[in-house]
Amino acid sequence: MKKVLSVRNLSKTYGTGCPLCIASTGPEAETNVCPHCGSVVAIHDVSFDLYEGEILGIMGESGSGKSTIVKNLYFDQIPKSGQATFYDTDQTHPLFELNSAQQRWLKNHRFGMVYQNPHLGLNFNISAGGNIAERLLMSDLMHYGEIRQRVKTLLARTEVLLSRVDELPRNFSGGMQQRVQIAKALATQPPLLFLDEVTTGLDLSVQARILDLIMEIQQELNTAMIVVTHDLGVIRLLAGRTLVMKYGRIIETGLTDQILEDPQHAYTQRLVASAL
Amino acid sequence: MSYVPIKGGGQAIAGAAAVTEFLRTEQALHQPNAQALDLQTIQFQLRHLVDRVISEGGVYHPELAALSIKQSLGDTLEAAFSLRAWRSTRPRLCATPALDTSKMRVIRRISAAFKDIPGGQMLGATPDYALRLLRMELINESDATFQHYAKEWLKQSNPTATTPMSFPKVISALRADGLLPALEADRTAQAFDITREPLIFPVSRSATLATMARAETGSLLALAYSNMRGYGDVHPTVAELRVGYVPIMLPHAVTGELIEAGEVLVTECEVIAMYEAQSDAKPVFTLGYGACLGHNEVKAISMAILDRALQKGKKDGPTNPSEDAEFVLLHIDGVDSMGFASHYKMPHYVTFQSDLDRLRTAQQQEACT
Amino acid sequence: MNAQLNPAVKTAYNFGFLDEYAKKEIRRVTLKAICIPGYQVPYASREMPMGRGFGTGGLQLSLALIGQQEQVKVIDQGSDDSVNAVNLRQFIEMTCPGIDTTTRTQDATLIQSRHRIPEQPLTEQQILVLQVPYPDPLVIVEPSEDKRKVMHGEADYSRLLVKLYEDIVQFNEITISHRYPTKINQHYVIDPSPIPRWDVPKLHQSKALILFGAGREKKIYAVPPFTHAEPLAFEDQPFRVENFDDASGQRRACVRCGCQDSFLDEFTQETGQKIYQCSDSDWCEQQLARRSESGNS
Repeated sequence: MKKVLSVRNLSKTYGTGCPLCIASTGPEAETNVCPHCGSVVAIHDVSFDLYEGEILGIMGESGSGKSTIVKNLYFDQIPKSGQATFYDTDQTHPLFELNSAQQRWLKNHRFGMVYQNPHLGLNFNISAGGNIAERLLMSDLMHYGEIRQRVKTLLARTEVLLSRVDELPRNFSGGMQQRVQIAKALATQPPLLFLDEVTTGLDLSVQARILDLIMEIQQELNTAMIVVTHDLGVIRLLAGRTLVMKYGRIIETGLTDQILEDPQHAYTQRLVASAL
Repeated sequence: MSYVPIKGGGQAIAGAAAVTEFLRTEQALHQPNAQALDLQTIQFQLRHLVDRVISEGGVYHPELAALSIKQSLGDTLEAAFSLRAWRSTRPRLCATPALDTSKMRVIRRISAAFKDIPGGQMLGATPDYALRLLRMELINESDATFQHYAKEWLKQSNPTATTPMSFPKVISALRADGLLPALEADRTAQAFDITREPLIFPVSRSATLATMARAETGSLLALAYSNMRGYGDVHPTVAELRVGYVPIMLPHAVTGELIEAGEVLVTECEVIAMYEAQSDAKPVFTLGYGACLGHNEVKAISMAILDRALQKGKKDGPTNPSEDAEFVLLHIDGVDSMGFASHYKMPHYVTFQSDLDRLRTAQQQEACT
Repeated sequence: MNAQLNPAVKTAYNFGFLDEYAKKEIRRVTLKAICIPGYQVPYASREMPMGRGFGTGGLQLSLALIGQQEQVKVIDQGSDDSVNAVNLRQFIEMTCPGIDTTTRTQDATLIQSRHRIPEQPLTEQQILVLQVPYPDPLVIVEPSEDKRKVMHGEADYSRLLVKLYEDIVQFNEITISHRYPTKINQHYVIDPSPIPRWDVPKLHQSKALILFGAGREKKIYAVPPFTHAEPLAFEDQPFRVENFDDASGQRRACVRCGCQDSFLDEFTQETGQKIYQCSDSDWCEQQLARRSESGNS
């Protein structure tokens, strides 16, 4: 299987940090705030691989660091240390050694991102169609008719009413805003897609439809995905493999089925047991 | 078949200049012995107007400031503009070392932070506590009364030999107590010259202060007011406001020794704002600084508040317009802003023709669909 | 210093009004602008005795470039006699004693213009200086200059292109009339100043050097001779100039000289009738002379 992404020893701390931070934080310490200097060790020593066409789930509760991983890989933050390599069809990209122009190119041509908060992923001052068009324009498509066609196709695919293609997203429901975000992320058919708590806060029926959509896309386009969530149900449905995070560290990793049937770490056991 | 000649621009301009000059001298039609305004009258009796023009023109020349007021018929934007345009042609002779305002020959000095300060609170000449009632007795003020007052006042005032020329800064005491951040060790840094270097953001504090020092007073006040009212967080206390004459020290051409070449009237305001945490030290008060040529108190206070706001914005990211350096610094220059506002009166008929074409085409499209 | 070029002539100012240091800075900035076509070079714009917005940027360029043998033409809206042009030309005559001014485009060595490029094609011997209110086409999508610099540096014009897309969606047309964003040398997109669309094609592979001066915004930029200049458009929505056809599809002619391929100004007469006349007054003058000559021969 072709590797798409490899991450090694990714770490991120908020604050100045001190030599005692790492030893004083983590699952055993039951905190990610260093008692000596007050810094927050958001993630420490995270390593994993992602292969073409697979969905990797990153699961954990609030403050576990799961979103931080994705924010650093998508260049929304700068890590404290670590490496990450993206394997393109004919090129390898060491993500944290790229300059901002190269990072922007990767974001526009090879990555897709869907945020929990649509305000982060959509421009609310332009129409739904305009949001998708912007992404197509950033990937150097310059034919109006083609852009228009692709916009409509993508919105139809994500079940957004075509009559609303030229409306501003502020008038849409939360679920529909998410679907526009997904359409926008998919516009360039990226080989790597990040989904950060995309169904959290939505009605159950809406969640279900979005999850179905994600699975269909994965089958059609063979996109590799990282799905961040605290919801076991989402993990169970989407992810082939899963990482379990606690206080910034990976405490368990493996096939989703195995983790859910036979969790090893005490914390994972509690999580699985408490799932409704 | 008639056509529209576009001719006569030169005549129109000459005509406008002539009628403006007519307005300036029209008084002579109504008052046969009307006199041209003399510059001394403007300098003495309209001194705050002159100070405003000096400050916005960016050059300390009270006589030419008075001239610019005279020729612009009292329009402060136009007056500051003419003075600034004159200034921009002057050669640079040399740069003085930084002015030391602790050597200021003070004519007014107050602090809101303390009831009493070393040297005392000197109210000086201020309308702050005056009642703004129109002084009708000035309508037909007689020359005799006018000429009498200054002499009498000098006679009955009694300057004591013990009145010092200058006073220590209020903030020196606060600094000595560790309540303000210590002064930076490097005092040799060059000031940013906004007349020779373009502003490229983010800009230094020196560039920020220089831009505000010759800003249009109303613009600066409006932005500072927005911060005071709530679009901001400064909550200032005036530690000290001082107005007075600061000596200009020039190096002697041969010996290099600094000698006093003259003095300029300066207004200076230091404002204490909220305290903030320092990374490796105790929390301290933060400081805002404002200073400008001439006696312009509202301007100096506004400047000090905006200085604090912009420092905060630079450190933490702007959370409102008064903390955004681009928003503040690019919109307070009176010459730039009034010029652009006025330019809308110029012919724009070619661009408008182009707009008409667009709208007509769009309407046609609408009609077709 | 205020060098006196000709001590016999009692003027209070240097030749060209600006001091030599100011001229030096402007010339260096201009050279940089020519080396990086379309890049907005910041400079310490001096205050001039006319208002910001009245051409101080173009004027500083002209004054820094004018030499003793110069033939200067100044136009506004295409006309030599428009108030702004007259004012600037008189100032140039006053501060550059000994130079010549002309209204004939082909005789000028330096042309300063507001809102038009002359109809007469320019030559390698000529420099065109355009007066610019807004140097940056991205200002409509991003107010912060700091952020715009990054966008220009990375040639990231997607937000500008989205605006064009939204225009077509709403109006079936790109509605930008003057100041049409144009890509120079395949990197930087410029605001070509408020020239009408009609004049934008003249930037492409121009024989003359075209300089842009923004006095208030304190930027100078350039489209050097023989440079690629392409107005932004979509592959299937090509750039179009203004349409001067009448209702029956006939291209209107100038009522004065009969020309059918110049930019026309529209006038409504007292009778309510609309007439059209060449915006470029010198062009109109010469066309008229040519026609009466051929009429007489």
